[in-house]
Amino acid sequence: MKIVVLVKSVPDTESKIKIGADGVSIDPAGIKFVMNPYDEYAVEEALRIRERLKDDTTVVAISMGPDRVMDVLRTALAMGADDAVHVNDPAFAGGDALGDARVLAEAIRPLGADLILGGKQGIDDDAATTCAAIAEFLGIPQAQIVTELTLSDDHTRMRARRRIEGADEIVDMALPAIVTCEKGLNEPRYASLPGIMKAKKKEIRKVTLADLPLKPEQVGAAGCLTKLIKYHTLPERPPVKMIPGDAAAQAKELVRLLREEAKVI
Amino acid sequence: MAKGVLVFGEVRGGALKPITRELVSAANQLAQAGGGSVAIAVIGEGADAAVAEAKSLPVAKVFTAKHALLASYSSQAYAAALAAVVTAADAGIVLFGATVTGRDLSARTAARCGASLFADCTELSLVGDVLHVRRPVYSGKVYAELESSAPIQMASIRPNVFPPVSGSGSAEVVDVPVQIDDAMLRGRVVEVVETSTGAKDLTEAEVIVSGGRSLKSAENFSILEDLAKTIGASVGASRAAVDAGYRPHSAQVGQTGKVVNPRLYFAVGISGAIQHLVGMRTSKVIVAINKDENAPIFQKADYGIVGDLFDVVPKVTEEFKKLLGT
Amino acid sequence: MQFTLTDEQRMIQETAREFADSEIAPVADRHNREGKFPLEIVKKLGKMGFLGMTVPEQYGGSHAGNLALVIALEEINRVCASTGVTMSVQNSLVNAPLLHWGSDDVKGRYLPRLATGEFLGAYALSEPGSGSDAAGLVTSAVRDGNDYVLNGTKNFITTGKEADVVLVLARTDTSHKTRGITAFVIDAGTPGFSVGKKEDKLGLRASSTVQLILEDARVPAANILGEVGGGFKIAMHTLDGGRIGIAAQAVGIAEACLQASVKYAGEREAFDQPIGKFQAIQFKIADMATRVEAARLLVYNAARLKDEGLPHGKEAAMAKLFASESANAAAREAVQIHGGAGYLEDFPVERYFRDARITEIYEGTSEIQRIVIARHILKNLQ
Repeated sequence: MKIVVLVKSVPDTESKIKIGADGVSIDPAGIKFVMNPYDEYAVEEALRIRERLKDDTTVVAISMGPDRVMDVLRTALAMGADDAVHVNDPAFAGGDALGDARVLAEAIRPLGADLILGGKQGIDDDAATTCAAIAEFLGIPQAQIVTELTLSDDHTRMRARRRIEGADEIVDMALPAIVTCEKGLNEPRYASLPGIMKAKKKEIRKVTLADLPLKPEQVGAAGCLTKLIKYHTLPERPPVKMIPGDAAAQAKELVRLLREEAKVI
Repeated sequence: MAKGVLVFGEVRGGALKPITRELVSAANQLAQAGGGSVAIAVIGEGADAAVAEAKSLPVAKVFTAKHALLASYSSQAYAAALAAVVTAADAGIVLFGATVTGRDLSARTAARCGASLFADCTELSLVGDVLHVRRPVYSGKVYAELESSAPIQMASIRPNVFPPVSGSGSAEVVDVPVQIDDAMLRGRVVEVVETSTGAKDLTEAEVIVSGGRSLKSAENFSILEDLAKTIGASVGASRAAVDAGYRPHSAQVGQTGKVVNPRLYFAVGISGAIQHLVGMRTSKVIVAINKDENAPIFQKADYGIVGDLFDVVPKVTEEFKKLLGT
Repeated sequence: MQFTLTDEQRMIQETAREFADSEIAPVADRHNREGKFPLEIVKKLGKMGFLGMTVPEQYGGSHAGNLALVIALEEINRVCASTGVTMSVQNSLVNAPLLHWGSDDVKGRYLPRLATGEFLGAYALSEPGSGSDAAGLVTSAVRDGNDYVLNGTKNFITTGKEADVVLVLARTDTSHKTRGITAFVIDAGTPGFSVGKKEDKLGLRASSTVQLILEDARVPAANILGEVGGGFKIAMHTLDGGRIGIAAQAVGIAEACLQASVKYAGEREAFDQPIGKFQAIQFKIADMATRVEAARLLVYNAARLKDEGLPHGKEAAMAKLFASESANAAAREAVQIHGGAGYLEDFPVERYFRDARITEIYEGTSEIQRIVIARHILKNLQ
């Protein structure tokens, strides 16, 4: 089998997100970039499938973005991926999720993937759009927010358990298909030291606009249908109203405030 | 002529999901600003009850797309069907609920139609032919204000952002013929396994009572369940409480749990670590009950009570019972 | 001279840091309080390749090098010095001499299993009667056919209780002090080899420090490292490398003290402001940070020299001396910054204070380090 894993470089959850002076960018100072946490489940699942099948299954990690995304590609290689592809071109800058999905779809198309794995959403834009859009561009089925994945014995179909409100859906898919991974699908491994050293020797293949059947006006800022006007911080709430007294008095006053002042009950 | 606003009417268990009423409210606001008419799309087989309900809402038309192969959800097939409806309705704006299926389908449909897409919006308006939205990014630490003037614009909207409409009208039902073949059915839902006891999913709840590790045991959560039952709320939990085994993971609110948007949120015995706040900070009103006056939660709450939750919460429940006569 | 880490070194640092924070930190206090050896964690470290960082791939190691080793050691020791010393001993005091002086047969039998943590190793040089005067050891090794029969007691042996294989220095010739010592590799299951008293220590309480007793324990001559009589040279050369590991441990402990102090200075308030606003506290933190930085650079320098195959005895001693003294100074000030709270088990600094103390003593006391450094500089006096 050929498994392609989409990995994204995002600010880690501990980073303080500060809006840049221009209002339309995030200040990169003090931001540590890591592999999108949900993508770790995707890499791990690909590796587990390869280990289970014990055949010539290969795992290819692919990421789109500036040079810093090579770090997450190397992490994927260190975890055990066989190959890595870096999709990068000045023309791709300024694209939105759908535009980037179009580029990635074309970069993935020639790879002959049987299964494409990604994380359920990027914790930067929280859009959860890219993988579904890639699925549409490639004309293949998808299952998102998957907590369990089972391959059929002949490796042509897949069953995915996906989480919806108040229930789990079991989705049956013919391969090739796209699956986005949710926390709990597996426990991602640490990159081992031999893995880190071996990753050094693996080449990261580059893909630019010239390698894809797309025109400059279809990609990046030129092809973008949405525009970022401004970033805002969350409006501050007014200071908390602390309710004094003993428990009985507090309870009475709280209920009164919720009914008469906040009007939420 | 202004293009129409189409609402995707998600069907669950044969009925229209409640968020549809909020989407219709949003759609009507947009139509008022930009002209054009509002319609609902109901896709699938055996959705007659949903269609009947959709008809009664304040919309001009209900478009249906029926096909045997649309009996169960398949993102590929539904996207194709919905795209056909978008064309038939001459829709310039398509609204989805930011539910799992809504976000799933909106992405595919937008890709198929070459439309723009804004996911999980908390604000939405139309100025001329420019759709203007706000949506949370970086786990809600920052809000992005965006706009689009693409010929077709799509957006998924968070629950509890727009007020639900009610109605007793009778819209016209138009059936749209769709071409669905087996090739589009390469992925479909074959089984649905209920995981909750039918209680409202936290992401859709309007009132939530959440507990932290201070509850000390799974049994003690009954104090919160009593309050929840009295005021019609769902029960949530912090990660610490879930890790300690007091509630299942499906109840977890926070960065690695669910993001909720109720109009009222009780944080009981929850300290207010950023990982929890990320999951509930857009709640309209936040009430914090904690015995530690320095707990960070008080900085994010609207109302705060410093006290022993085991003493305070039952008394709050009593007061609500008196108020609501339940 | 600039220390820009390679991508691999950076990834190793991040992996070590993440592992330390996610897996070791939650259990470190408890293990230290209960005196429990962190076997599960050490085995995990082994599986990840952290116990074979200077072993070549052909023997199952990751061959990441000494600079990568000290970087990783700092991260592990920052969270638990007991786990850190176990990792240091395995890499520097067991794997290294086996690699350098073991026959192909010995290397093949032990290294792959030590490199992955399947085997744990220990290094037995000190005795009740000889610490700094290492050559004063009296454990005897008498030839008998194809074997040597060992008798004696070894003292203060780290991981001696859990080790599967132990490197033992014993006397094969009583007529020469330094040239009468030989290095043996002994399996823990050998009849006559037993674990004695477990020490109750001030610090490093999750690391087991024991006496090892040899009573007519037979070791095949094939298990000799290097030559008969070459043991002292092996021991000293091995300690040169081990000292860099302990220096890295000291940097880790000092860094932990710094981070704890910065955190506390920001949280604790006195006279209506965080104590970090007072110069007294600021000066302590500035001094602490400067010493950590200097110690780290000395450690990196010694490791780099070793990686390049260059002489590093003086630099290793300097790193160990400075880093261990810095760790103790940092720990003392960290407790002081915490005030009364620093004296309680509730805060981590009391453990750092206790753990730091040994770094000025083992693998060559600070006094010995000074002698080593002086010897290198004043060698023309001799």
